[in-house]
Amino acid sequence: MMTPTRPSEAAEHWSLRLYVAGQTDKSLRAINNLTRICKEHLEGRYSIEVIDLLEHPQLAAGDQIIALPTLVRRLPEPIKKILGDLSNQERVLVGLDVRPRT
Amino acid sequence: MVEQLKKVPTGIAGLDELTGGGLPAGRPTLVCGGPGCGKTLLATTFLVRGAVDHSEPGLLVSFDERIPDMGVNVASLGFDLPDLEARGLLATDYVHIDRQEMHETGEYDLEALFIRLNLAVNRVGARRVVLDTIDTLFAGIPNQGIVRSELRRLFGWLKDHQLTTVITAERGEGSLTRHGIEEYVSDCVILLDHRVIEDLSTRRLRIVKYRGTSHGTNEYPFLIDEQGITVLPITSLGLRHGASNESMSTGLPQLDAMLSSKGYFKGSSTLLTGGPGTGKTTIAAHFADATCRNGERCIYFSFEESASQLVRNMRSAGVDLQPWIDKGLLRCQTSRPSLGGLEMHLALMVNAVRDFRPATVIIDPLSALLAIGVGSQTAFMALRLIDYLKSHGVTALYLSLQDSEEPTSLHISSIMDTWIVVRNMRSDTDLSRRLHIVKARGMAHSNQVRRMEITNSGVRLTDLPTAREAAEGLR
Repeated sequence: MMTPTRPSEAAEHWSLRLYVAGQTDKSLRAINNLTRICKEHLEGRYSIEVIDLLEHPQLAAGDQIIALPTLVRRLPEPIKKILGDLSNQERVLVGLDVRPRT
Repeated sequence: MVEQLKKVPTGIAGLDELTGGGLPAGRPTLVCGGPGCGKTLLATTFLVRGAVDHSEPGLLVSFDERIPDMGVNVASLGFDLPDLEARGLLATDYVHIDRQEMHETGEYDLEALFIRLNLAVNRVGARRVVLDTIDTLFAGIPNQGIVRSELRRLFGWLKDHQLTTVITAERGEGSLTRHGIEEYVSDCVILLDHRVIEDLSTRRLRIVKYRGTSHGTNEYPFLIDEQGITVLPITSLGLRHGASNESMSTGLPQLDAMLSSKGYFKGSSTLLTGGPGTGKTTIAAHFADATCRNGERCIYFSFEESASQLVRNMRSAGVDLQPWIDKGLLRCQTSRPSLGGLEMHLALMVNAVRDFRPATVIIDPLSALLAIGVGSQTAFMALRLIDYLKSHGVTALYLSLQDSEEPTSLHISSIMDTWIVVRNMRSDTDLSRRLHIVKARGMAHSNQVRRMEITNSGVRLTDLPTAREAAEGLR
């Protein structure tokens, strides 16, 4: 359940952006992992935008992306980045500052 | 037929001569050194000169500084990065990695960096790339193994795209670079160094490795001033100067007469030695005067007198240099030798020569300049200067404070084309001066010793009575 130190968590919205390059295994794994984690832990409180840099290379500089895949948590602030295919759920949740439901 | 390694000029004076043409074309070169050693400046010069002088657009990828900050830093050298960017000659990308906001889980690679590079290279059709400084990747990306394998891939990618690249990296303790980048760059590695020797700040450059090219392995001094980077020597040491048959008047008809009626050969080096007060500077002033009278330019490097002292003293000896200074034909460059290291002085002199393009140069005196050299480099440096002037067809007159006719300790006399000696003769009743020519390569020259007088209309050389005449006179 919610803890007293994060009273606003219920109201927060997770705006997430996932950068990938093409339909590689790594890309697909990252997309699947992210979708699953969000459904389980942030249902109704998230939005995911997947950006394929092979189609939009000019978008890499804006978020200072160099590694792929990279997940950017744009909201809530501050901005956080998680590199990799998001295969470790615990680490993704910690990185996103999402408390796993018990 | 083995294909010669193609090279790309850096536009850095001295470096291109040292490497026999520049950096390996289409390949990465590593430039390493500690903080403030000039890595970024060297890299930026390579890009700017490529864009401006060789129609090779460049890509500047900065991992450390924001592009506008870099632009400000090099603006003092006359490099206008925003203008080059506007003209499509330069693409820039500031790659910022904030470790604070970074987590990792699972597999990843640095493909986005490649995508950014590719985009920027294509934007301007870049032929040259700078990555400054690559170490930041190690600090920013948590998984060092990934950084290493991706760097290997990156260098391969740069080669595949035939991009001549300068990668800068921080110097490591006991190794060339902190992160062992030299493992990945097999073609060319340049080390820059900035240290203080005997209270003088000295910058040095060494080519650690250059595959397929013979290169100097010494440490070469370099200078950063308002004209950018200058590496000494400017020329490779060699004996391929064309010898000229033309000559320049010494400004003294009697001395010209002693030198096959001509004077100094154009592009030759002349050593003029003598003790204190023997009139060396006056002879040099005649030479400067003759050069300017001929409508050509002369630089007078003086290490003992200020320009105004020189002009005043020479005027009293009948040579007026002021009109030539006013006309812009004569430049007097004076400085105290102790104000900088030998390297710095030589670099400033070379820059002055490059800038002013004189026909003749006077160094007064060479001995004062050499006295400030540190260790065994001194003779070598002097040789480089002499060689530089010679290879640029500059007729040079080197004054040296020296009483005897012994070869100079630095063996400078052996590489001089002409050696003139002046000395004081003291009898019981008077002091008089003598001048003679010890050697003059490639010309018949007088073996006579002449009496030299400094009158209020300049130096006058007269014949001494021969031994027989003297004997007859006594009779």
